[in-house]
Amino acid sequence: MIKINNISKSFGDKTVLTGITGEFEKGKTNLIIGSSGTGKSVLLKCIVGLIQPDTGHVFFDLRNFTEADKEMKSEIRREIGMLFQGGALFDSKNVEENVMFPLNILTRMSEADKMDRVNFCLKRVGLEGVNKKMPSEISGGMKKRVGIARAIVNNPNYLFCDEPNSGLDPQTSVVIDDLIMEITHEFDITTIVVTHDMNSVLGIGEKIMFLYKGSKLWEGSNNDITHSGVKELDDFVFTNKVMRSLKGT
Amino acid sequence: MKGFGRYVIFLSSLVVRRETFKTYYNLTLEECVQIGLKSILLFMLVSTFMGAVTTLQTGANLVSPFVPRFIISNVVREMTILELAPTIMAVIYAGKVGSSMAGGLGTMRITEQIDALEVMGINSASYLVLPKIVASILMYPLLVIVAAVCALFGGYLVGVLTGLLTPTEYVYGIRYGFNPYFITFALIKTFVFAFLISTISSFKGYYTHGGALEVGIASTQAVTTSIIAILLADYFLAYLLI
Ligand SMILES: Nc1ncnc2c1ncn2[C@@H]1O[C@H](COP(=O)(O)OP(=O)(O)OP(=O)(O)O)[C@@H](O)[C@H]1O
Ligand SMILES: [Mg+2]
Repeated sequence: MIKINNISKSFGDKTVLTGITGEFEKGKTNLIIGSSGTGKSVLLKCIVGLIQPDTGHVFFDLRNFTEADKEMKSEIRREIGMLFQGGALFDSKNVEENVMFPLNILTRMSEADKMDRVNFCLKRVGLEGVNKKMPSEISGGMKKRVGIARAIVNNPNYLFCDEPNSGLDPQTSVVIDDLIMEITHEFDITTIVVTHDMNSVLGIGEKIMFLYKGSKLWEGSNNDITHSGVKELDDFVFTNKVMRSLKGT
Repeated sequence: MKGFGRYVIFLSSLVVRRETFKTYYNLTLEECVQIGLKSILLFMLVSTFMGAVTTLQTGANLVSPFVPRFIISNVVREMTILELAPTIMAVIYAGKVGSSMAGGLGTMRITEQIDALEVMGINSASYLVLPKIVASILMYPLLVIVAAVCALFGGYLVGVLTGLLTPTEYVYGIRYGFNPYFITFALIKTFVFAFLISTISSFKGYYTHGGALEVGIASTQAVTTSIIAILLADYFLAYLLI
C-alpha cells in the first residue's frame, strides 16, 4: 500500500500539484487519470522520488520515503518497478540485457539464475525468441512489454506505469492493460497506472483518482465513475459519442 | 555564470559513487574502446596531412641559403608537438567524441532512460558520465601521441619525396635542440583538454530537456563550448607553463 499526504509541487511560479492526499491499495490496479497537462506524470514522479515535492510525504507501507535516509531510500527503490511512457529501454543493450539489468545492479544472483528469471519474465509478457534483438528492431508494443518485463524482473512490491498504452492500437492496449492487472493480482503488488485512456479506466480501474488542474477532485472505482456527479469528471468521461450514449441509458 | 555554477555542482555529483568498482571498470573499458575506435583513423589522417602541409609551407618560406635545411623539420616538430597535435586535435575530438557524448546522453534523457536508471537507485550522473571522463583522460593523450608521430611521419614523407630535404637532414632537425619539457607540457595540455571536452559535453547532454531538436542543439553547444574552453585553457596554460 502506498499513501500520499498533502503533495504539492510548483515549477517556478507555475503550480502543478496542490495538496494531494490519497491511498493506493495493495493487490489492485490503482489509476491516476485526468486530461493532458494536469500533473499526472509529475505526481507519479513525486511518488517514485524522481521529483522532490515541495510539501507532503509519500509512504511505502508505512515507511516514510520522502524523509528516508539514503539506505532506506535505496532499499525501497529495490522494491520498485517502473514502466515509462516510451519504454525507456537502454538502446545500447539488447532485450535480454535490458531485462537483466536490474538484476545485475540490485542482486547477487548467479548468471544462470538471472537468465532463468529473465526468460521467465519475457515469457510472462508473451515475448519469446526476441532475446537478442535491439530495442530499435522491435515494435512499440513489444518495447512496452519488454519495459514491463524489466519492471517486474526483480519481484517488485510496487509497480508504476506511465501511460502504458499510449501510442498503441486498441487491441494491443487491452492486452497490455490485462497483463498489468494480471501481474498485479498474481504477485499481489501495489500498482499505480497513469492514463487518460477511457478503455483502461473502465477495464482495469479498480481504484481511480481523478486529477483536475493539479487537485484531486474525485476518487472511486470504475463501477461508479459514470455517476460521480462531478461535472469535471463527467466532461472527462463522456467525451466520445459511445460514452455519451451509455449515459443516456 | 549560472551555467558555470551548475557545471560545478554537476562535477561534484559525479564523485558520489554508488556502484561497485568492477561496474565502473567495465564501463570505462567499453568507453575507451568506443572512443579509440571512433577517432583513431581520423586522427591519423588529419595529423599526417597536417605534418605534410606544415613541412611544405615551412620549406616554401625558408628560401634563404643561410638557413640550413634541417630547420624545416625542426619547425615542424615544434609546431606539431606543442600546438597542432594537442590543440587542433582537441577541436577535432570535440567535434567527433564530444558531440556524440552529448547526443547520446541527451537522447537518454529525453527518452527517460536516465529516469529509469534513477528509479533503480543508480546515481545516473556518475554511472553514465564518470566512465566517459576517465576514458577520455586515458585515451586522448594516447591519441595525441599517435597524432604527433603521424604528423612527423607525414612531414618526413613529403619532405623527402619532394626533395625538400634529405632523410638525414629531416631526422637531424627533429632531434636538434630537443627539449623534453615540451613533451611534458603537451601531455599536460592533453589531460586538461580531455577533461574539459568530456565534462562539458556530458554536462550539455545530461541536462537536455525537450525533444529531438534539443538533443541536436545540445550536441552543437557541446562542441562550441568545448572549443571555446580549449582555446582559453590553451592560452592560460601557455602563459603559466612556458
Ligand atoms: N520539469 C518540469 N519543469 C517545469 N514544468 C514542468 C516540468 N514537468 C512538468 N511540468 C509542467 O507540469 C504540468 C503537468 O505536466 P505532466 O507531465 O504531469 O502532465 P500530464 O498530466 O502527465 O499530461 P499528459 O497526459 O499529457 O502526459 C505541465 O504543464 C508541464 O508543463
Ligand atoms: Mg504524462
